[in-house]
Amino acid sequence: MSDTSPTTPKARAKAISPLRAAMLDFAASPLAMVGLVVMVAMALAALFAPWITPQNPYDLSQLSIMDNNLPPGSEAFGGMTYWLGTDPQGRDMLSAIIYGLRMSLMVAVTATLCALAIGMAMGIIAAYFGGRIDTLIMRVVDLQLSFPAILVALILLAILGKGVDKVIIALVIVQWAYYARTVRGSALVERQRDYIAAARGLGLGHTRVMFRHLLPNTLPPLIVVATVQIAQAIALEATLSFLGVGVPVTEPSLGLLIANGYSYLLSGSYWISLYPGVALLIAIVAINLVGDQLRDVLNPRLRR
Amino acid sequence: MTAVLQVEDLKTHFFTRAGVVPAVDGVSFAVNKGEVMGLVGESGSGKTVTGFSIMGMVDKPGRIVGGRILYKGRDLASVGEREWQKIRGRHIAMIFQDPMMTLNPVLKISTQMIEAVQAHVDISKQAARERCRAALARVGIPSPDERLDAYPHQFSGGMRQRVAIAIALLHDPEVIVADEPTTALDVTIQAQILAEVQKLAEGSGTALIWITHDLSVVSSLADNIAVMYAGRVVEQGRAATVLEHPAHPYTYGLIESIPSRNKRGVDLAQIPGMTPPLLDLPEGCAFRPRCPNATDACRAEQPPRKMPTGQMARCIHPMVAAEVAQ
Amino acid sequence: MSEALVEIANLSKRFREEHDMAARMAARMGMGHEPATVHAVDDVSFSVAPGEVVGLVGESGSGKSTIGRMIAGLLPPTEGTIRFQGADITTRNRAETKAAALQIQMIFQDPMSSLNPRMRVRDIIAEAPVYHGLIKQSQARQFVADMLERVGLEATAGDRYPHQFSGGQRQRIVIARALAVSPQFLICDESVAALDVSIQAQVLNLFMRLRRELGLAYLFISHDLGVVEHISDRVVILYLGRVVEIAPTEALYSDACHPYTQALLAEVPRLSFEKRRFEPIKGEIPSPLNPPPGCHFHTRCPFAGPRCSREVPRLRHDGPRAVACHLQDGGVE
Repeated sequence: MSDTSPTTPKARAKAISPLRAAMLDFAASPLAMVGLVVMVAMALAALFAPWITPQNPYDLSQLSIMDNNLPPGSEAFGGMTYWLGTDPQGRDMLSAIIYGLRMSLMVAVTATLCALAIGMAMGIIAAYFGGRIDTLIMRVVDLQLSFPAILVALILLAILGKGVDKVIIALVIVQWAYYARTVRGSALVERQRDYIAAARGLGLGHTRVMFRHLLPNTLPPLIVVATVQIAQAIALEATLSFLGVGVPVTEPSLGLLIANGYSYLLSGSYWISLYPGVALLIAIVAINLVGDQLRDVLNPRLRR
Repeated sequence: MTAVLQVEDLKTHFFTRAGVVPAVDGVSFAVNKGEVMGLVGESGSGKTVTGFSIMGMVDKPGRIVGGRILYKGRDLASVGEREWQKIRGRHIAMIFQDPMMTLNPVLKISTQMIEAVQAHVDISKQAARERCRAALARVGIPSPDERLDAYPHQFSGGMRQRVAIAIALLHDPEVIVADEPTTALDVTIQAQILAEVQKLAEGSGTALIWITHDLSVVSSLADNIAVMYAGRVVEQGRAATVLEHPAHPYTYGLIESIPSRNKRGVDLAQIPGMTPPLLDLPEGCAFRPRCPNATDACRAEQPPRKMPTGQMARCIHPMVAAEVAQ
Repeated sequence: MSEALVEIANLSKRFREEHDMAARMAARMGMGHEPATVHAVDDVSFSVAPGEVVGLVGESGSGKSTIGRMIAGLLPPTEGTIRFQGADITTRNRAETKAAALQIQMIFQDPMSSLNPRMRVRDIIAEAPVYHGLIKQSQARQFVADMLERVGLEATAGDRYPHQFSGGQRQRIVIARALAVSPQFLICDESVAALDVSIQAQVLNLFMRLRRELGLAYLFISHDLGVVEHISDRVVILYLGRVVEIAPTEALYSDACHPYTQALLAEVPRLSFEKRRFEPIKGEIPSPLNPPPGCHFHTRCPFAGPRCSREVPRLRHDGPRAVACHLQDGGVE
C-alpha cells in the first residue's frame, strides 16, 4: 500500500526539508567535505586571481628575465618571494598556476554548461517522443561516443584552428552526447509516471510537458554527471594544451604550463612542470571526491 | 492451551534524524497452536514492524527497545543473530506481500528451495529435492517436478505466492507470520490462496499470524483479532466478538466504513481526520482527536481493560452499547 | 432517449510485439516466431449517460485500465470509436476534439506518482486553467483556494509540495487538479485502491458529493466489488478483454447471470462473523498472450460445454442488462 521500505515507518512530520537532509548526508563523509573545501578554495582563487596573486604573470612589464628558472623560495630583486620558483621567462610559478587554474576552470565550466544544455535538450526530446526521433538522436549519440574524445577533439581543432573559443567548442561537441544519454535514461523512467500522463490529459503542449514537468525531475543524476564531467573537461583541455593544440601561449592553462616546463623536468628545474601538475591533480581529485559523494547522496536506492 | 508464541509489551522504536519514532509501543498478544491470529491495522499502525520484530528482522535505524517475545520459553527479543538464523525459516517462517521478496529472480526454484532446506537440515540434495517437490504439491502447484526447474518469472503472481508459502512450510514451522500475502492478488486467486492456507493451517497445527488491513479477509480466517492503531493494540479478542461487538471507537469506525456495510449510494460512515504522525502523537489515547466519544479523561494513558463482551480494549468510553447490525 | 455522454463502440486494443532487426532476420531465415499479440481489449461497447456512475470491474488482464486510458486519450485504440456528446473523439488530433478532451479527466491509482514532485500544489492546480485561458493569472490564487475547499483541503495547502501530504490528501489534490478544468466526465482508475480503508471512505464520499454538486459522470474502474457496488449505478464486468455482463448494480449483485460474475461475487471476502470456508473456482487467469479459444472463461467455468470452446458468445442485450454466455443463448452443446 505505501511504497516505503517495510521496516521503516513513514515519519510523516517532515521536520527536515529534503535539501537539508541531502546536505547533512553529504557532510557525513569527511573526504568529500575536504574535496568540497578544496573546490571552493580553487573556485575563489580562480575568481579573484588578479587580486590575490603576488604578480600578474602575463604583464610583461612585471617580469624580469633575470629572475628566470629560480628554485622555489628564492627572493626576487624587488623583494617578493617566489614561493614556487620561476619559469624560463621569469614568471612567478604561484601566480602562473593560479591564472592557469583560472583558465582551466573557465574553459571546463563553460564547456560543461554548454554541453549540458545541449545534451539535456536532446536527451529529453529523445525520451519524450520516442520512436524515430529517439532512434535518430541516439544513433548520433552512439556514433559520437564510439570515438575517443581526444581523437575527436584533435580533428575538430585541426579544422577549427586555434583559440580558447575553439577549444570550448571542441569540448562541447565531445561532451554533449554523454549528457544526452544520461538524461534520456532517467527521462525514460520518469516519462512513465502518472503526472506526465496527467499533464498531457490536461491539454498541456509538448514543450511545456518536456521542460516544465519532465526535465526538473531528471536533474539529480545529471548533477552528479556534470560534476565529474567538469573534471574530465579539465583533464581533456590540459591534454590538448599539452599537445600544443589547446589554449594560446599568452593565456596558458595548467596543461600548457606543464608543457612549458616539460623539457626542464629532468635537467633540474622540476618546479616548472611539477607544481602545475600537482595543482591539476588536486583539482581533479577534489571534484571527483565531491562527485562520488553526491552520487551516493542522490541515489534513491541507498536512501533510508 | 499454552501459547506457542507470546508477545509481551513489545516496543520497537526507530531512531531517525527527525526524532524517535515509536512504531511499536507496547504490543502484547499470544498465539496458540493451530490458531489464526489476525493482526489488523492501517498504514502507520505498526503491524508490519511487529511482524518483522517477531522475525528479528528489524533494520537500522530501528531496534527492539523493550518487551519480550516468548517462544517455547525463550525470549527472542534478546537473542543474537546466530540464534535467529537457526530459528528463522525452521521454527518461525514469514510470507511477504510481494513474493519477489522471497524469491531470487535469477535462480531456479529448485536451487532456492533446496538451499532453504539444507540451511537447517543435513540431508542429501536428492532428499531435499523430494521434500521441495512434496511442498509444491501441498500448495496446489500442478506438475511440481517440472515446475521445480523453472524460474520465478515463469510463474504467475498467484503461483509465485504459492511457492513462497511452500518455502515457508518446508520445515513445518510452529509459527508462520504472513504480511499481507494476498493484498496484491486478484480476487479469484486470493480466494484460492486463502482456501489453501485454511486447509494447511487446520491440517498441520501451525500457528498463523495474518497481518492485513482487510477486515473482511481476516474475519473469515481468524480465531482471534488484534486491532492496531499508532503502534498500540487498541482492541483484542475472539474474532466473532470483536467484529460483532466492537468496543473501541476506532474498530467500530473501521467496520462501519466498509462499503458493504453501508446502504448503497448513501455517504459512507467515515472516521474524520487522519492517523497522527508517529513523531507527534497526542498525549494519552492516540485516537482522541478523531473519536466521537472523547473526553478530557482520554488525555491520560489508556491501559487495556476488559470489556463486558469479553475482549480487551484500551478505552474508557467503549461502544459496548452499540451492536453492529447483522 | 437521452443522448449518452460517452459512448464507446467496438473498441479494441492490440499490442503487437515489435521485432527488432535481429528478430526480423531470424524470421526471414525461418528461425524466428510470429510477433506475439496481446489482445488487451476485444470489441468492447458500452455507454455512460450524463451524471451516471458506471463501474468497470475486472481482474488482471481484463483490460479495464486500457479502456480507461483509451477513453482518456492516453492510448490510441486499434479499432472502434469513442464518442463524447455525440462527437467522434477517437483520434485526438483536431482542435475541436481537444476541447472535448478537457471534458474528460482521469484520476490515477497511485497518489504518489500522480503529482509533479517539484511543483507547488497551487501551481499544479492552476497550471492547466491558466494555460488554456480559462482563468487569468491574477485570479489564480483565489481559484486555487476555491478548488482546495471543494475537495476538503485548507487554502494553505497550496503553498506546500506534494511530498508533505498523506496519500488521501494527495488524491484530493489530484481531484482538485482535474476539477480545475471543469470536466463533465471523470475516469477513476483504481483511485481508492492505494488508500487505507478509513481514508478510502472519505475519498469515496468526496466522489459522491462532487457528483451531486456538479453533476459529474464517472467511469469507476476497480477490482473491489464492495466499493463498486456502493458507488455505481450500473456495472460492466470484464474478463480477459471482453465484456461478459452489464447490469444495473442492484440487479447484478442480487442476481448475476454470467458464471464469472457469480464466481467473483461468491469469492469476494465479506465481513463475516464467523470463520468461513473459501470455495474458489479452479484455474489460473489465462494469459492475454494466449487466450482460450471461443469463450475466454470456458477453461474455468463450472457450466462449460462443447460449444463454449468453439464459439465466442455474443453480448445479448435484454433491457438494461446484457450477458455474453451460451447458457442464456441456446445452451452449451
